[in-house]
Amino acid sequence: MVVTFSFWTQNYLDLDTTFTLANYREAWTDPLYRELTLRSLRISLVVTVVTVLLAFPIAYHVSFHVHHRKALWLFLITVPFWTSYLLRVFLWKVILGYNGVLNSALLGLGLIDEPLSFILYNANAVVITLAHAWAPFAILPIFVALERIDRSLLEAAKDLGDGPVRSFFRITLPLAMPGVVAATIIVLIPTVGDYITPRLVGGTEGLMISNMIQVQFGKANNAPLGAALAVSSMFIVGGISLLIFFATRKIGRGGAD
Amino acid sequence: MLDTEKPHARTIIELDGVTKNFGAVQALKGITANIREGEFFSLLGPSGCGKTTLLRMIAGFDDPTTGTITIDNKAMAGIAANHRPTNMVFQSYAIFPHLSVADNVGYGLKKRRLPKAEYKREVEQALEMVDLGGYGPRAAHTLSGGQRQRVALARALIMKPKVVLLDEPLSALDKKLRDQMQLELRQLQRSVGITFILVTHDQEEALIMSDRIAVMFDGQIEQLATPEELYRRPVNQRVASFIGVMNFLEARATKSSETHVSLDVQALGKIDIPRAGLPDGMKPEEIHRVGVRPEMMTILIDGAPSAERIVEGEVVETSYYGDMTYYSVRLNGLEAPVTISMRNTAGRAVLRPGETARVGFATDSIIVFR
Repeated sequence: MVVTFSFWTQNYLDLDTTFTLANYREAWTDPLYRELTLRSLRISLVVTVVTVLLAFPIAYHVSFHVHHRKALWLFLITVPFWTSYLLRVFLWKVILGYNGVLNSALLGLGLIDEPLSFILYNANAVVITLAHAWAPFAILPIFVALERIDRSLLEAAKDLGDGPVRSFFRITLPLAMPGVVAATIIVLIPTVGDYITPRLVGGTEGLMISNMIQVQFGKANNAPLGAALAVSSMFIVGGISLLIFFATRKIGRGGAD
Repeated sequence: MLDTEKPHARTIIELDGVTKNFGAVQALKGITANIREGEFFSLLGPSGCGKTTLLRMIAGFDDPTTGTITIDNKAMAGIAANHRPTNMVFQSYAIFPHLSVADNVGYGLKKRRLPKAEYKREVEQALEMVDLGGYGPRAAHTLSGGQRQRVALARALIMKPKVVLLDEPLSALDKKLRDQMQLELRQLQRSVGITFILVTHDQEEALIMSDRIAVMFDGQIEQLATPEELYRRPVNQRVASFIGVMNFLEARATKSSETHVSLDVQALGKIDIPRAGLPDGMKPEEIHRVGVRPEMMTILIDGAPSAERIVEGEVVETSYYGDMTYYSVRLNGLEAPVTISMRNTAGRAVLRPGETARVGFATDSIIVFR
């Protein structure tokens, strides 16, 4: 339905159902939409990189250094999911706000003289909030990939002369790659289209394309344009995901030569 | 080619009072042994006897609780596995699944930064050594079990270690392949002249392949000897029953002189054995039980009385193996049947259960142990 909508035209109250590409022309040429799309991609790529980089050590720790309470650790990692997404975003607002927990604490400690303003209502806040929200989704696939690595492979690498750093880069990381790729795609796809977080903590410079899509469907009353934006960003995200997928497959094969 | 017996070869590994505790459990209770350079040495014992633990400590994956391990005159305390002159063939083979066969074999060489041509030659040589010439470009996960085992072996040998450690390397293979690999491994070890230490629970495998075997039970070495000595003169009942099949008969000494001991053996009667046949330090009055191997007894058919001693018994069961027949025979006055193996020579009749058998044996086939 969204796809069909994107080829129509909105005339105030009714829809002109003649086939047209005008919406796409507008979506791809208007500097505002292009800026928002690029910003969305930039933010979600940063979120993805930050999340995966933070998730890997956590997954690694649970997989390799926790021996008796693995289940408890995994359970604790999923605890944030017990509250609603909206609630968690609001909590970050409380933490990062002008008079928020973080600023009060830093002020109280005498580390800063006036509240930091660059942590809320901009892209940084969106990155922090999204990274936190999606961390478990990144940790779990990486954890599973690490768990599947036969520990005798690491012993064999050590036996053949590798220290811990070498065997990490020669054995652990290549074998954990499928988990890392899965984590990247799982985090990247939904964050591009997220609109609650940018809306609540992003301010004006943290707004993303999905906020614009929402506006088009709502206030601006131009559902066809919104649909065209949505379909466009869907294609972009799909393209990037495929790119990541094939790139890693090629690297994986290259390593086997 | 090296001699089978190397009594004067120098010691490559010295184990001195090695113990290992896992929590409250003592897995190894003081292992002291010397392993000679160039020999094929086996650690044989049932699962849980500590043989794998000992191997892993030699490799450097575990540290002894007390005691010392010396390899090539160097104390190994505090030296990690990646700095030891040992390489291991793992039970699971631990072939790196994301690498090609050649990259697996050359894995340890990479660090030495050889010129590319030399590296390639070394890898190809190692592959040829294990009959896998030309397999280099294949993906590791396409290999069969036997091929994986060869790759694991090539990967260890290419490092030119002082000692190759093998952790039950043949247990995952089917019987035919296993028999073949036993001989191949043995030949390979002879031709490269590197010390091999094999961990196995299969006594037959240990007997076939080893120069010397350490039989382990409950974290201790019960006997360290050549295969022949182990089979012929087991030091105690545990070793005797673990190596091959052994018939146990109750016995006690009735008389002893400087040179001989007279025994009264259940079902077999009075037997004189030379005093030298007793294990070192054993007194005649300590004898409670003796053993006799199945092949040391003969079932006499067609009235051919060609044995030193003859007793009668009733056949309880026969198991026909083609080349051999195994009989369970209840000897006169004995509740538990003994096992007797007979080669099925041409025209030889097989006795049926219920028939009476005349069993011949030689008195020097009686084995005394603790």
